[in-house]
Amino acid sequence: MSVNYKPAIHFQHVDFHIGDIEILKDITGSFPQGRITTLVGPSGAGKSTLLKLCNGLISPVNGEIFVKDKAIADYEPVELRRMVGMALQSAPMINGTVYENLNLPLSLQGQELAKADALELLEDVGLKGDLLERKVKDLSGGQRQKVSIARTLVNKPEILLMDEITSSLDRASKLEVEELISKINRKYKTTIIWITHNLQQALEIGDYTWVMMDGQVIETGESSLLEDPKDPRAMEFVKGVVS
Amino acid sequence: MSYWALSLTLIFVLIPLVLSKTLNLGLGRDMTVATLRSIVQLLAVGYVLKFVFDSESLLYIFLMVALMIVAATHNAQKKGAAIQGIAWKIAVTLIFVEVLTQGILIGFNITPATAQYIIPISGMVIGNSMVLSILFLNRFTAEVEDHQDQTELILSLGGTPKQAIHRQLITSIKASMIPTIESQKTVGLVQLPGMMSGQIIAGADPIQAVQFQLLIMFLLLTTAAVTSVSLGYLSYPTLFNKRMQLLKG
Repeated sequence: MSVNYKPAIHFQHVDFHIGDIEILKDITGSFPQGRITTLVGPSGAGKSTLLKLCNGLISPVNGEIFVKDKAIADYEPVELRRMVGMALQSAPMINGTVYENLNLPLSLQGQELAKADALELLEDVGLKGDLLERKVKDLSGGQRQKVSIARTLVNKPEILLMDEITSSLDRASKLEVEELISKINRKYKTTIIWITHNLQQALEIGDYTWVMMDGQVIETGESSLLEDPKDPRAMEFVKGVVS
Repeated sequence: MSYWALSLTLIFVLIPLVLSKTLNLGLGRDMTVATLRSIVQLLAVGYVLKFVFDSESLLYIFLMVALMIVAATHNAQKKGAAIQGIAWKIAVTLIFVEVLTQGILIGFNITPATAQYIIPISGMVIGNSMVLSILFLNRFTAEVEDHQDQTELILSLGGTPKQAIHRQLITSIKASMIPTIESQKTVGLVQLPGMMSGQIIAGADPIQAVQFQLLIMFLLLTTAAVTSVSLGYLSYPTLFNKRMQLLKG
């Protein structure tokens, strides 16, 4: 990848495996600071594992990861995770109301989210304020996903990791979330790393892209590479041969 | 009870044996082994207790209690195999519960510091603590497994391991204590406790038997709470590493 930007996250020969199963093999590369990088590739390529490494939920078996030029191992885990936020495809919730979920990041620090701020967050992700006191078990899949994104934003992360966050949303909600993430990226220069199966989405919202397959990064570059990939496996994937 | 009368109680073993044979339940061998084991074990413990009571030696009392703790630890640890170092965590919990309860009983002069009181009460405390440990570990390992996503959610938002596991810990502590609390609610209405019934049958004053039963019940409530809480707080840190990552499998 021709990177003219400072790396927000840099991987240096990173391997990750569970027992004898290799999940990631010799990953080297950077996610540019303040830009949107998409990760595309078939299921089982290791994309979600890569995000968990960035957030420090797991550690590489070999190699090093640097976040803002500092080795991940040198960060306090809590400090790292507040700086590198993560929203998951499954949008896990704690039992309770939408407000209790939005308040979770601050309650972990012994603080409380003002109701006005919670309402603003809901508005930002395209949800109505009257959902604030609703039990999360009564939300639709799309609403849960939006609450999950809003909750991640409470920590004001400098880097946002998103794993298939729009896959369960309808078209209108998907566009709203895409617009929201683009807005956050533009306004706060937040670095975005976004896993998506939707190549059109990757082309439209991503500045850069990593194509991953079998635990390896097989091609990286500006998102336009998806229109004309050079690597034969990336080519196959883009054509939909590899699903 | 005469030996003749005691031998006649085997009728109560014969009835299920006949039922098992008639209905082909296939439980005959198990029931025979269980009966023989209970006869041998109880007779053995009876003679050992008689020896220890007669000797009034603190060393023997200590050895008896230590044996109970070792046996209870061995039995309970199987349920927490997924938790690193679970055996010593259970042992520490049982020792703590035993020291705490006997400390209060003897320290406040509630019961005398003699083998006749220390050993049976220790048996009840350690036995109850063992069952509580098993109930807690069963529930806790299931909770951790079933709610991994919530644990990782809280960690990913910058929570500490304690914050990440808090809900599962509290749920497991409460669940393991429920049987003790519920059985105490119905005591005297639905059931007459074995110890109290035994004392009454042996000719003790029912009021005195009730007093002792109350003592045991309050003791078991403390045992239940202290066991679950101690074991919980000793166990959860081993589910995480120094990087505050949830260890799996």
